[in-house]
Amino acid sequence: MSEDAIVFAQDLTKHYQVALKEESLLATLRHFFFREYRLVRAVEGVSLAIAPGEVVGFLGPNGAGKTSTLKMLTGLLHPTKGTARVAGHVPWRREKAFLKKITLVMGNKQQLVWDLPAMDTFRLNAAIYEIPEGEFRKRVGELAEMLALEGKLHQPVRKLSLGERMKAELLAALLHRPEVLFLDEPTLGLDVNAQVAVRDFLKEYNRRYGATILLTSHYMADIAALCPRVLVIHQGRLLYDGALEGLLERFAPYREVGLTLKSPLPKEALRAFGEVREVEGREARLLVPRERLMERVAEILKRLPVEDLEVKEPPLEEVIARVFQEGHVEEPR
Amino acid sequence: MRKAKTLLSVYLAYMLEYRAELFLWALAGTLPLILMGVWVEAAQSGAFPLSPGEFARYFLMVFLVRQATVVWVVWEFERDVVEGRLSFRLLRPLDPFLDHLAAHVAERLARLPFVLLLTLLFFLLFPEARFVPEPLPFLLGLGLTVLAFLLRYLMQYTTALLTFWSERATAVEEVFFLLYLFLSGTLAPLEVFPEPLRSLALLTPFPYLVYLPAAFLAGQEVALFPGLGVMLFWGGVFFLLWRLLWRLGLKHYAGHGA
Repeated sequence: MSEDAIVFAQDLTKHYQVALKEESLLATLRHFFFREYRLVRAVEGVSLAIAPGEVVGFLGPNGAGKTSTLKMLTGLLHPTKGTARVAGHVPWRREKAFLKKITLVMGNKQQLVWDLPAMDTFRLNAAIYEIPEGEFRKRVGELAEMLALEGKLHQPVRKLSLGERMKAELLAALLHRPEVLFLDEPTLGLDVNAQVAVRDFLKEYNRRYGATILLTSHYMADIAALCPRVLVIHQGRLLYDGALEGLLERFAPYREVGLTLKSPLPKEALRAFGEVREVEGREARLLVPRERLMERVAEILKRLPVEDLEVKEPPLEEVIARVFQEGHVEEPR
Repeated sequence: MRKAKTLLSVYLAYMLEYRAELFLWALAGTLPLILMGVWVEAAQSGAFPLSPGEFARYFLMVFLVRQATVVWVVWEFERDVVEGRLSFRLLRPLDPFLDHLAAHVAERLARLPFVLLLTLLFFLLFPEARFVPEPLPFLLGLGLTVLAFLLRYLMQYTTALLTFWSERATAVEEVFFLLYLFLSGTLAPLEVFPEPLRSLALLTPFPYLVYLPAAFLAGQEVALFPGLGVMLFWGGVFFLLWRLLWRLGLKHYAGHGA
Protein backbone atom coordinates (compact mmCIF):
# COMPACT_ATOMS: atom_id res chain seq x y z
CA MET A 1 0.00 0.00 0.00
CA SER A 2 2.74 2.45 1.01
CA GLU A 3 4.45 2.11 -2.38
CA ASP A 4 1.35 3.28 -4.27
CA ALA A 5 0.32 5.77 -1.62
CA ILE A 6 0.09 9.41 -2.67
CA VAL A 7 0.12 10.48 0.98
CA PHE A 8 2.41 8.49 3.19
CA ALA A 9 3.62 9.15 6.72
CA GLN A 10 5.66 7.03 9.06
CA ASP A 11 5.96 7.73 12.77
CA LEU A 12 5.18 11.43 12.24
CA THR A 13 5.76 13.28 15.51
CA LYS A 14 5.55 16.95 16.44
CA HIS A 15 6.54 18.38 19.79
CA TYR A 16 6.92 22.08 20.45
CA GLN A 17 7.23 24.44 23.38
CA VAL A 18 4.74 27.12 24.36
CA ALA A 19 5.43 29.91 26.86
CA LEU A 20 3.32 29.76 30.02
CA LYS A 21 2.06 32.81 31.87
CA GLU A 22 -0.29 33.25 34.78
CA GLU A 23 -2.54 36.29 34.96
CA SER A 24 -1.27 38.29 37.96
CA LEU A 25 0.96 41.38 37.67
CA LEU A 26 3.76 39.57 39.45
CA ALA A 27 3.48 36.66 37.05
CA THR A 28 3.62 39.09 34.13
CA LEU A 29 6.86 40.61 35.47
CA ARG A 30 8.32 37.18 36.08
CA HIS A 31 7.27 36.17 32.57
CA PHE A 32 9.15 39.18 31.17
CA PHE A 33 12.46 38.04 32.69
CA PHE A 34 12.14 34.29 33.10
CA ARG A 35 9.97 32.49 30.61
CA GLU A 36 8.62 29.12 31.52
CA TYR A 37 7.76 26.69 28.79
CA ARG A 38 5.58 23.68 28.50
CA LEU A 39 6.20 20.92 25.99
CA VAL A 40 3.20 20.29 23.74
CA ARG A 41 3.08 16.83 22.23
CA ALA A 42 0.85 17.75 19.30
CA VAL A 43 1.38 14.62 17.22
CA GLU A 44 2.78 11.29 18.46
CA GLY A 45 4.00 8.73 15.94
CA VAL A 46 1.25 8.96 13.34
CA SER A 47 1.61 6.55 10.41
CA LEU A 48 -0.77 6.49 7.49
CA ALA A 49 -0.98 5.73 3.79
CA ILE A 50 -3.60 7.11 1.45
CA ALA A 51 -4.04 5.81 -2.10
CA PRO A 52 -4.59 8.17 -5.05
CA GLY A 53 -8.24 9.18 -5.39
CA GLU A 54 -9.21 8.24 -1.83
CA VAL A 55 -11.37 10.55 0.30
CA VAL A 56 -10.37 10.24 3.93
CA GLY A 57 -11.96 11.91 6.94
CA PHE A 58 -9.74 13.04 9.77
CA LEU A 59 -11.59 13.15 13.08
CA GLY A 60 -10.55 14.43 16.45
CA PRO A 61 -11.51 17.00 19.07
CA ASN A 62 -9.88 20.45 19.18
CA GLY A 63 -6.19 20.16 19.92
CA ALA A 64 -6.04 16.47 18.99
CA GLY A 65 -3.30 17.06 16.40
CA LYS A 66 -5.35 17.19 13.18
CA THR A 67 -4.16 20.59 12.01
CA SER A 68 -0.55 19.92 13.04
CA THR A 69 -0.62 16.72 10.99
CA LEU A 70 -2.09 18.57 8.00
CA LYS A 71 0.55 21.26 8.36
CA MET A 72 3.32 18.68 8.34
CA LEU A 73 1.85 16.99 5.28
CA THR A 74 1.64 20.34 3.47
CA GLY A 75 5.18 21.31 4.45
CA LEU A 76 4.32 24.17 6.82
CA LEU A 77 5.70 22.32 9.84
CA HIS A 78 8.90 20.33 10.24
CA PRO A 79 8.25 17.14 12.18
CA THR A 80 10.23 16.50 15.33
CA LYS A 81 10.55 12.91 14.17
CA GLY A 82 9.32 10.71 11.35
CA THR A 83 9.07 10.80 7.59
CA ALA A 84 6.43 11.73 5.04
CA ARG A 85 6.00 11.73 1.29
CA VAL A 86 3.17 13.52 -0.48
CA ALA A 87 2.77 13.24 -4.26
CA GLY A 88 6.35 11.97 -4.42
CA HIS A 89 7.89 14.82 -2.41
CA VAL A 90 9.12 15.40 1.12
CA PRO A 91 6.64 18.14 2.08
CA TRP A 92 8.85 20.34 4.27
CA ARG A 93 11.37 20.83 1.46
CA ARG A 94 8.61 22.95 -0.15
CA GLU A 95 9.77 22.34 -3.70
CA LYS A 96 7.84 24.27 -6.34
CA ALA A 97 6.76 21.05 -8.07
CA PHE A 98 5.30 19.88 -4.74
CA LEU A 99 3.46 23.14 -4.04
CA LYS A 100 1.85 22.91 -7.48
CA LYS A 101 0.47 19.44 -6.67
CA ILE A 102 -1.23 20.21 -3.36
CA THR A 103 -3.62 22.65 -1.80
CA LEU A 104 -4.68 23.46 1.74
CA VAL A 105 -8.03 25.07 2.48
CA MET A 106 -8.56 26.34 6.00
CA GLY A 107 -12.14 27.14 6.94
CA ASN A 108 -11.06 29.77 9.44
CA LYS A 109 -8.58 31.61 7.20
CA GLN A 110 -8.89 33.09 3.76
CA GLN A 111 -6.56 33.79 0.90
CA LEU A 112 -8.98 35.88 -1.21
CA VAL A 113 -8.16 39.59 -1.38
CA TRP A 114 -10.97 41.09 0.70
CA ASP A 115 -11.58 44.35 -1.21
CA LEU A 116 -11.29 42.99 -4.75
CA PRO A 117 -13.52 40.67 -6.77
CA ALA A 118 -12.63 36.98 -6.37
CA MET A 119 -11.71 36.96 -10.07
CA ASP A 120 -8.65 39.11 -9.30
CA THR A 121 -7.33 36.56 -6.78
CA PHE A 122 -7.94 33.83 -9.37
CA ARG A 123 -5.94 35.80 -11.95
CA LEU A 124 -3.17 36.22 -9.42
CA ASN A 125 -3.13 32.50 -8.65
CA ALA A 126 -3.19 31.64 -12.36
CA ALA A 127 -0.08 33.76 -12.86
CA ILE A 128 1.69 32.33 -9.81
CA TYR A 129 0.90 28.74 -10.78
CA GLU A 130 1.72 29.48 -14.44
CA ILE A 131 -1.66 28.42 -15.83
CA PRO A 132 -2.03 29.51 -19.49
CA GLU A 133 -4.77 32.08 -20.12
CA GLY A 134 -7.08 29.78 -22.15
CA GLU A 135 -6.80 26.99 -19.60
CA PHE A 136 -7.44 29.49 -16.79
CA ARG A 137 -10.70 30.69 -18.38
CA LYS A 138 -11.78 27.10 -18.95
CA ARG A 139 -11.07 26.04 -15.38
CA VAL A 140 -12.76 29.06 -13.81
CA GLY A 141 -15.84 28.43 -15.97
CA GLU A 142 -15.92 24.76 -15.05
CA LEU A 143 -15.39 25.21 -11.32
CA ALA A 144 -17.75 28.21 -11.09
CA GLU A 145 -20.44 26.08 -12.68
CA MET A 146 -19.83 23.18 -10.30
CA LEU A 147 -19.94 25.56 -7.35
CA ALA A 148 -22.91 27.57 -8.70
CA LEU A 149 -20.81 30.71 -8.40
CA GLU A 150 -21.45 32.24 -11.83
CA GLY A 151 -22.24 35.92 -11.58
CA LYS A 152 -20.52 36.25 -8.21
CA LEU A 153 -16.93 36.39 -9.37
CA HIS A 154 -16.90 40.08 -10.25
CA GLN A 155 -18.25 41.33 -6.93
CA PRO A 156 -15.84 42.38 -4.17
CA VAL A 157 -15.23 39.44 -1.85
CA ARG A 158 -16.49 41.38 1.18
CA LYS A 159 -19.93 41.60 -0.48
CA LEU A 160 -20.26 37.81 -0.76
CA SER A 161 -22.11 35.68 1.77
CA LEU A 162 -20.08 33.34 3.99
CA GLY A 163 -21.10 30.34 1.87
CA GLU A 164 -20.21 32.07 -1.40
CA ARG A 165 -16.89 33.16 0.05
CA MET A 166 -16.03 29.60 1.04
CA LYS A 167 -16.92 28.39 -2.44
CA ALA A 168 -14.73 31.12 -3.95
CA GLU A 169 -11.93 30.06 -1.57
CA LEU A 170 -12.28 26.51 -2.88
CA LEU A 171 -12.17 27.76 -6.46
CA ALA A 172 -9.00 29.78 -5.74
CA ALA A 173 -7.41 26.77 -4.05
CA LEU A 174 -8.26 24.34 -6.85
CA LEU A 175 -7.44 26.46 -9.88
CA HIS A 176 -4.05 24.79 -10.30
CA ARG A 177 -5.82 21.42 -10.21
CA PRO A 178 -3.91 19.92 -7.29
CA GLU A 179 -3.62 16.16 -6.97
CA VAL A 180 -3.98 16.22 -3.20
CA LEU A 181 -6.47 18.38 -1.30
CA PHE A 182 -6.01 19.02 2.41
CA LEU A 183 -9.18 20.56 3.78
CA ASP A 184 -9.26 21.82 7.35
CA GLU A 185 -12.86 22.43 8.42
CA PRO A 186 -14.04 23.60 4.98
CA THR A 187 -17.66 23.90 6.13
CA LEU A 188 -16.94 25.76 9.37
CA GLY A 189 -19.69 28.24 10.21
CA LEU A 190 -21.70 27.57 7.04
CA ASP A 191 -25.46 27.08 7.13
CA VAL A 192 -26.89 23.68 6.27
CA ASN A 193 -27.54 24.51 2.60
CA ALA A 194 -24.03 25.82 2.07
CA GLN A 195 -22.59 22.77 3.86
CA VAL A 196 -24.47 20.48 1.50
CA ALA A 197 -23.31 22.49 -1.53
CA VAL A 198 -19.64 22.29 -0.49
CA ARG A 199 -20.00 18.57 0.26
CA ASP A 200 -21.62 17.86 -3.11
CA PHE A 201 -18.94 19.85 -4.86
CA LEU A 202 -16.10 17.93 -3.19
CA LYS A 203 -17.75 14.65 -4.08
CA GLU A 204 -18.10 15.69 -7.70
CA TYR A 205 -14.56 17.11 -7.81
CA ASN A 206 -13.15 13.84 -6.53
CA ARG A 207 -15.19 11.86 -9.05
CA ARG A 208 -14.32 14.08 -11.99
CA TYR A 209 -10.60 14.63 -11.40
CA GLY A 210 -9.65 11.67 -9.24
CA ALA A 211 -8.13 14.00 -6.63
CA THR A 212 -7.13 12.64 -3.24
CA ILE A 213 -8.83 14.38 -0.32
CA LEU A 214 -7.92 14.44 3.35
CA LEU A 215 -10.60 16.34 5.24
CA THR A 216 -11.11 17.38 8.82
CA SER A 217 -14.55 18.41 9.99
CA HIS A 218 -16.55 18.79 13.14
CA TYR A 219 -19.70 18.03 11.18
CA MET A 220 -20.30 14.30 11.12
CA ALA A 221 -22.59 14.79 8.15
CA ASP A 222 -19.54 15.91 6.12
CA ILE A 223 -17.65 12.79 7.07
CA ALA A 224 -20.61 10.45 6.57
CA ALA A 225 -21.37 11.92 3.13
CA LEU A 226 -17.82 12.06 1.81
CA CYS A 227 -15.45 9.68 3.53
CA PRO A 228 -15.62 5.90 3.20
CA ARG A 229 -12.47 5.82 5.31
CA VAL A 230 -11.73 7.72 8.51
CA LEU A 231 -8.74 8.37 10.71
CA VAL A 232 -9.40 9.13 14.36
CA ILE A 233 -6.76 11.06 16.25
CA HIS A 234 -6.82 11.79 19.96
CA GLN A 235 -4.09 13.44 22.04
CA GLY A 236 -1.76 13.23 19.07
CA ARG A 237 -2.17 9.48 18.56
CA LEU A 238 -4.01 7.69 15.81
CA LEU A 239 -6.75 5.65 17.47
CA TYR A 240 -8.38 4.27 14.39
CA ASP A 241 -7.78 3.96 10.66
CA GLY A 242 -10.39 2.18 8.62
CA ALA A 243 -13.90 2.15 7.20
CA LEU A 244 -16.50 4.44 8.71
CA GLU A 245 -18.78 1.46 9.51
CA GLY A 246 -15.88 -0.26 11.21
CA LEU A 247 -15.54 2.76 13.47
CA LEU A 248 -19.02 2.09 14.82
CA GLU A 249 -18.25 -1.58 15.28
CA ARG A 250 -15.07 -0.84 17.15
CA PHE A 251 -16.00 2.17 19.20
CA ALA A 252 -19.70 1.50 19.55
CA PRO A 253 -20.09 -2.20 20.27
CA TYR A 254 -23.65 -1.50 21.34
CA ARG A 255 -27.01 -0.65 19.88
CA GLU A 256 -29.52 1.98 20.74
CA VAL A 257 -32.94 0.75 21.82
CA GLY A 258 -35.72 3.34 21.49
CA LEU A 259 -38.83 2.65 23.57
CA THR A 260 -42.33 4.09 23.60
CA LEU A 261 -43.94 3.00 26.84
CA LYS A 262 -47.65 2.73 27.62
CA SER A 263 -47.07 4.87 30.73
CA PRO A 264 -44.03 6.91 31.91
CA LEU A 265 -41.45 5.09 34.06
CA PRO A 266 -38.66 6.55 36.24
CA LYS A 267 -35.06 6.26 35.03
CA GLU A 268 -34.27 3.78 37.81
CA ALA A 269 -36.82 1.30 36.49
CA LEU A 270 -34.98 1.17 33.14
CA ARG A 271 -31.42 0.85 34.43
CA ALA A 272 -31.55 -2.92 34.66
CA PHE A 273 -31.86 -3.17 30.86
CA GLY A 274 -28.97 -0.96 29.73
CA GLU A 275 -27.39 2.46 29.94
CA VAL A 276 -30.19 5.01 30.02
CA ARG A 277 -29.35 7.85 27.62
CA GLU A 278 -32.62 9.76 27.75
CA VAL A 279 -36.10 9.57 29.31
CA GLU A 280 -38.78 11.99 28.29
CA GLY A 281 -42.39 11.23 29.15
CA ARG A 282 -43.20 7.87 27.62
CA GLU A 283 -40.11 7.92 25.35
CA ALA A 284 -36.78 6.41 26.43
CA ARG A 285 -33.42 5.60 24.81
CA LEU A 286 -31.13 2.86 26.11
CA LEU A 287 -27.70 1.63 25.06
CA VAL A 288 -27.36 -2.13 25.09
CA PRO A 289 -24.21 -4.23 24.39
CA ARG A 290 -24.51 -5.77 20.95
CA GLU A 291 -23.91 -9.36 22.05
CA ARG A 292 -26.66 -9.16 24.65
CA LEU A 293 -29.17 -7.34 22.45
CA MET A 294 -31.59 -10.21 21.84
CA GLU A 295 -31.64 -11.25 25.47
CA ARG A 296 -32.21 -7.65 26.69
CA VAL A 297 -34.94 -6.93 24.14
CA ALA A 298 -36.73 -10.09 25.16
CA GLU A 299 -36.52 -9.03 28.80
CA ILE A 300 -37.76 -5.53 28.02
CA LEU A 301 -40.73 -6.88 26.10
CA LYS A 302 -41.52 -9.28 28.93
CA ARG A 303 -41.14 -6.95 31.89
CA LEU A 304 -41.96 -3.43 30.68
CA PRO A 305 -45.24 -1.95 29.35
CA VAL A 306 -43.88 -1.42 25.82
CA GLU A 307 -46.02 0.10 23.09
CA ASP A 308 -43.27 0.32 20.49
CA LEU A 309 -39.60 -0.69 20.29
CA GLU A 310 -36.91 0.25 17.79
CA VAL A 311 -33.26 -0.88 17.53
CA LYS A 312 -30.71 1.25 15.66
CA GLU A 313 -27.06 2.30 15.46
CA PRO A 314 -26.20 5.02 17.95
CA PRO A 315 -25.68 8.43 16.27
CA LEU A 316 -22.15 8.90 14.95
CA GLU A 317 -21.74 12.19 16.84
CA GLU A 318 -22.44 10.42 20.09
CA VAL A 319 -19.97 7.65 19.40
CA ILE A 320 -17.21 10.08 18.51
CA ALA A 321 -17.94 12.33 21.46
CA ARG A 322 -17.75 9.28 23.71
CA VAL A 323 -14.39 8.24 22.30
CA PHE A 324 -12.98 11.72 22.77
CA GLN A 325 -14.44 12.34 26.20
CA GLU A 326 -13.11 9.14 27.64
CA GLY A 327 -10.05 8.58 25.50
CA HIS A 328 -11.30 5.03 25.18
CA VAL A 329 -14.67 3.32 24.98
CA GLU A 330 -16.38 2.02 28.01
CA GLU A 331 -18.68 -0.85 27.37
CA PRO A 332 -22.23 -0.08 28.54
CA ARG A 333 -23.44 -2.41 31.25
CA MET B 1 6.89 38.11 -17.51
CA ARG B 2 3.18 37.34 -17.47
CA LYS B 3 3.51 36.57 -13.78
CA ALA B 4 5.01 40.02 -13.10
CA LYS B 5 2.41 41.77 -15.28
CA THR B 6 -0.53 40.05 -13.59
CA LEU B 7 0.89 40.60 -10.11
CA LEU B 8 1.31 44.30 -10.89
CA SER B 9 -2.11 44.72 -12.46
CA VAL B 10 -3.94 42.97 -9.59
CA TYR B 11 -2.02 44.88 -6.92
CA LEU B 12 -2.58 48.12 -8.82
CA ALA B 13 -6.32 47.43 -8.77
CA TYR B 14 -6.00 46.71 -5.05
CA MET B 15 -4.12 49.95 -4.37
CA LEU B 16 -6.59 51.98 -6.41
CA GLU B 17 -9.31 50.79 -4.03
CA TYR B 18 -7.63 53.12 -1.52
CA ARG B 19 -7.42 56.29 -3.66
CA ALA B 20 -8.23 58.70 -0.85
CA GLU B 21 -5.74 57.04 1.50
CA LEU B 22 -3.04 57.20 -1.21
CA PHE B 23 -3.49 60.94 -1.46
CA LEU B 24 -3.21 61.27 2.31
CA TRP B 25 -0.13 59.02 2.42
CA ALA B 26 1.52 61.16 -0.28
CA LEU B 27 0.60 64.27 1.68
CA ALA B 28 1.98 62.73 4.87
CA GLY B 29 5.37 62.55 3.16
CA THR B 30 5.69 66.31 2.79
CA LEU B 31 8.04 66.72 5.78
CA PRO B 32 10.97 67.58 3.43
CA LEU B 33 8.93 70.46 2.00
CA ILE B 34 8.41 71.85 5.49
CA LEU B 35 12.12 71.46 6.29
CA MET B 36 12.88 73.17 3.01
CA GLY B 37 11.22 76.34 4.33
CA VAL B 38 13.45 76.27 7.41
CA TRP B 39 16.69 75.67 5.47
CA VAL B 40 15.94 78.19 2.72
CA GLU B 41 15.38 80.79 5.39
CA ALA B 42 18.59 79.84 7.19
CA ALA B 43 20.57 79.86 3.91
CA GLN B 44 19.74 83.52 3.35
CA SER B 45 22.62 84.27 5.75
CA GLY B 46 25.06 82.68 3.27
CA ALA B 47 26.71 80.60 6.00
CA PHE B 48 26.03 77.26 4.25
CA PRO B 49 27.63 75.52 1.28
CA LEU B 50 24.28 75.52 -0.59
CA SER B 51 22.38 78.54 -1.85
CA PRO B 52 18.66 79.03 -0.95
CA GLY B 53 17.69 77.86 -4.45
CA GLU B 54 19.88 74.74 -4.13
CA PHE B 55 18.33 73.95 -0.76
CA ALA B 56 14.85 74.27 -2.27
CA ARG B 57 15.73 71.93 -5.15
CA TYR B 58 17.41 69.44 -2.82
CA PHE B 59 14.40 69.15 -0.51
CA LEU B 60 12.00 68.85 -3.41
CA MET B 61 14.07 65.92 -4.66
CA VAL B 62 14.18 64.44 -1.15
CA PHE B 63 10.40 64.58 -1.18
CA LEU B 64 10.26 62.80 -4.56
CA VAL B 65 12.88 60.17 -3.65
CA ARG B 66 11.07 59.40 -0.42
CA GLN B 67 7.77 59.07 -2.28
CA ALA B 68 9.43 56.62 -4.66
CA THR B 69 11.05 54.59 -1.90
CA VAL B 70 8.30 54.26 0.73
CA VAL B 71 8.36 50.73 2.16
CA TRP B 72 5.97 49.16 4.67
CA VAL B 73 6.70 45.46 4.25
CA VAL B 74 7.65 44.98 7.92
CA TRP B 75 4.09 45.81 9.05
CA GLU B 76 2.56 43.50 6.44
CA PHE B 77 4.94 40.67 7.24
CA GLU B 78 4.43 40.99 10.98
CA ARG B 79 0.67 40.83 10.52
CA ASP B 80 1.01 37.80 8.26
CA VAL B 81 3.02 35.92 10.88
CA VAL B 82 0.97 36.95 13.90
CA GLU B 83 -2.38 36.22 12.20
CA GLY B 84 -1.12 33.00 10.62
CA ARG B 85 -1.62 34.21 7.06
CA LEU B 86 1.99 33.53 6.16
CA SER B 87 0.95 29.90 5.72
CA PHE B 88 -1.03 30.81 2.60
CA ARG B 89 1.93 32.64 1.14
CA LEU B 90 4.20 29.69 1.91
CA LEU B 91 1.87 27.30 0.13
CA ARG B 92 2.22 29.23 -3.13
CA PRO B 93 5.13 28.58 -5.47
CA LEU B 94 6.20 32.23 -5.21
CA ASP B 95 8.60 33.71 -2.66
CA PRO B 96 6.70 36.18 -0.41
CA PHE B 97 9.62 38.58 -1.01
CA LEU B 98 8.53 38.95 -4.64
CA ASP B 99 4.85 39.00 -3.77
CA HIS B 100 5.27 41.98 -1.41
CA LEU B 101 7.70 43.64 -3.82
CA ALA B 102 5.05 43.55 -6.56
CA ALA B 103 2.55 45.20 -4.19
CA HIS B 104 5.06 47.97 -3.43
CA VAL B 105 5.82 48.62 -7.10
CA ALA B 106 2.09 48.72 -7.91
CA GLU B 107 1.51 51.20 -5.10
CA ARG B 108 4.19 53.41 -6.61
CA LEU B 109 2.30 53.52 -9.90
CA ALA B 110 -0.96 54.32 -8.10
CA ARG B 111 0.73 57.07 -6.07
CA LEU B 112 2.39 58.72 -9.09
CA PRO B 113 -0.48 61.07 -10.12
CA PHE B 114 -0.78 62.47 -6.58
CA VAL B 115 2.97 63.04 -6.34
CA LEU B 116 3.02 64.83 -9.72
CA LEU B 117 0.13 66.99 -8.59
CA LEU B 118 1.92 67.96 -5.37
CA THR B 119 5.12 68.73 -7.34
CA LEU B 120 3.27 71.02 -9.74
CA LEU B 121 1.67 72.77 -6.79
CA PHE B 122 5.11 73.17 -5.25
CA PHE B 123 6.56 74.81 -8.40
CA LEU B 124 3.57 77.11 -8.50
CA LEU B 125 4.18 78.22 -4.91
CA PHE B 126 8.00 78.41 -5.16
CA PRO B 127 8.91 79.65 -8.63
CA GLU B 128 12.55 80.19 -7.51
CA ALA B 129 12.94 76.41 -7.19
CA ARG B 130 12.17 75.79 -10.89
CA PHE B 131 15.12 74.44 -12.87
CA VAL B 132 16.00 72.52 -16.02
CA PRO B 133 17.97 69.41 -15.01
CA GLU B 134 21.11 68.22 -16.83
CA PRO B 135 20.11 64.97 -18.54
CA LEU B 136 23.01 62.73 -17.40
CA PRO B 137 23.02 63.47 -13.65
CA PHE B 138 19.23 63.40 -13.69
CA LEU B 139 19.15 59.96 -15.31
CA LEU B 140 21.79 58.77 -12.86
CA GLY B 141 19.62 60.15 -10.06
CA LEU B 142 16.64 58.17 -11.37
CA GLY B 143 18.71 54.99 -11.52
CA LEU B 144 19.96 55.58 -7.98
CA THR B 145 16.37 56.14 -6.82
CA VAL B 146 15.41 52.68 -8.11
CA LEU B 147 18.45 51.19 -6.36
CA ALA B 148 17.58 53.13 -3.19
CA PHE B 149 14.07 51.67 -3.23
CA LEU B 150 15.42 48.14 -3.69
CA LEU B 151 17.95 48.60 -0.88
CA ARG B 152 15.35 50.05 1.50
CA TYR B 153 12.96 47.22 0.65
CA LEU B 154 15.68 44.62 1.18
CA MET B 155 16.71 46.20 4.51
CA GLN B 156 13.15 46.37 5.81
CA TYR B 157 12.29 42.87 4.58
CA THR B 158 15.34 41.55 6.42
CA THR B 159 14.19 43.36 9.56
CA ALA B 160 10.70 41.93 9.03
CA LEU B 161 12.12 38.41 9.21
CA LEU B 162 12.92 39.02 12.89
CA THR B 163 9.16 38.52 13.39
CA PHE B 164 9.94 34.81 13.32
CA TRP B 165 11.61 35.23 16.72
CA SER B 166 10.19 38.35 18.33
CA GLU B 167 6.71 38.83 16.80
CA ARG B 168 7.27 42.60 16.99
CA ALA B 169 9.90 43.33 14.36
CA THR B 170 8.30 46.75 13.85
CA ALA B 171 9.98 47.85 17.11
CA VAL B 172 13.39 47.18 15.52
CA GLU B 173 12.25 49.03 12.42
CA GLU B 174 11.36 52.08 14.54
CA VAL B 175 14.98 52.21 15.75
CA PHE B 176 16.23 51.87 12.18
CA PHE B 177 13.86 54.65 11.16
CA LEU B 178 15.40 57.01 13.67
CA LEU B 179 18.85 56.37 12.18
CA TYR B 180 17.36 56.70 8.71
CA LEU B 181 15.82 60.05 9.58
CA PHE B 182 19.11 61.51 10.84
CA LEU B 183 21.64 59.90 8.53
CA SER B 184 19.78 59.68 5.22
CA GLY B 185 19.79 63.39 4.50
CA THR B 186 16.06 63.77 5.07
CA LEU B 187 16.48 66.45 7.74
CA ALA B 188 19.52 68.16 6.21
CA PRO B 189 21.76 67.57 3.18
CA LEU B 190 25.03 65.86 4.08
CA GLU B 191 26.98 68.96 2.97
CA VAL B 192 25.97 70.70 6.22
CA PHE B 193 26.94 67.79 8.53
CA PRO B 194 30.03 68.44 10.69
CA GLU B 195 33.04 66.54 9.31
CA PRO B 196 33.55 63.40 11.41
CA LEU B 197 29.81 62.75 11.42
CA ARG B 198 29.56 63.22 7.67
CA SER B 199 32.32 60.68 6.91
CA LEU B 200 30.80 58.26 9.40
CA ALA B 201 27.33 58.66 7.91
CA LEU B 202 28.67 57.92 4.43
CA LEU B 203 29.84 54.50 5.62
CA THR B 204 26.29 53.51 6.66
CA PRO B 205 23.62 52.53 4.10
CA PHE B 206 21.34 55.44 5.03
CA PRO B 207 22.67 58.35 2.91
CA TYR B 208 22.24 56.18 -0.20
CA LEU B 209 18.55 55.78 0.51
CA VAL B 210 17.84 59.52 0.13
CA TYR B 211 20.80 61.88 -0.06
CA LEU B 212 22.76 60.46 -3.00
CA PRO B 213 19.83 60.06 -5.44
CA ALA B 214 18.30 63.39 -4.34
CA ALA B 215 21.61 65.26 -4.79
CA PHE B 216 22.02 63.83 -8.31
CA LEU B 217 18.43 64.70 -9.23
CA ALA B 218 18.85 68.24 -7.86
CA GLY B 219 21.96 68.70 -9.99
CA GLN B 220 24.34 69.15 -7.05
CA GLU B 221 28.00 68.41 -7.57
CA VAL B 222 28.38 64.95 -6.04
CA ALA B 223 30.61 62.02 -6.94
CA LEU B 224 29.07 58.70 -7.93
CA PHE B 225 31.96 56.82 -6.32
CA PRO B 226 32.68 55.57 -3.74
CA GLY B 227 28.98 56.14 -2.83
CA LEU B 228 27.62 53.60 -5.33
CA GLY B 229 30.21 51.09 -4.11
CA VAL B 230 29.14 51.49 -0.47
CA MET B 231 25.50 51.19 -1.53
CA LEU B 232 26.15 47.95 -3.40
CA PHE B 233 28.22 46.64 -0.50
CA TRP B 234 25.26 47.13 1.87
CA GLY B 235 22.98 45.62 -0.75
CA GLY B 236 25.19 42.50 -0.71
CA VAL B 237 25.27 42.38 3.09
CA PHE B 238 21.49 42.63 3.41
CA PHE B 239 20.98 40.14 0.59
CA LEU B 240 23.04 37.55 2.47
CA LEU B 241 21.29 38.40 5.75
CA TRP B 242 17.90 38.05 4.05
CA ARG B 243 18.70 34.58 2.72
CA LEU B 244 20.19 33.45 6.03
CA LEU B 245 17.35 34.78 8.23
CA TRP B 246 14.76 33.40 5.81
CA ARG B 247 16.23 29.90 6.04
CA LEU B 248 16.63 29.98 9.82
CA GLY B 249 13.32 31.77 10.31
CA LEU B 250 11.33 29.24 8.30
CA LYS B 251 12.88 26.43 10.29
CA HIS B 252 11.96 28.23 13.52
CA TYR B 253 8.43 29.02 12.29
CA ALA B 254 7.94 25.43 11.16
CA GLY B 255 9.36 24.18 14.44
CA HIS B 256 7.03 26.11 16.70
CA GLY B 257 3.58 25.30 15.55
CA ALA B 258 3.38 27.73 12.58
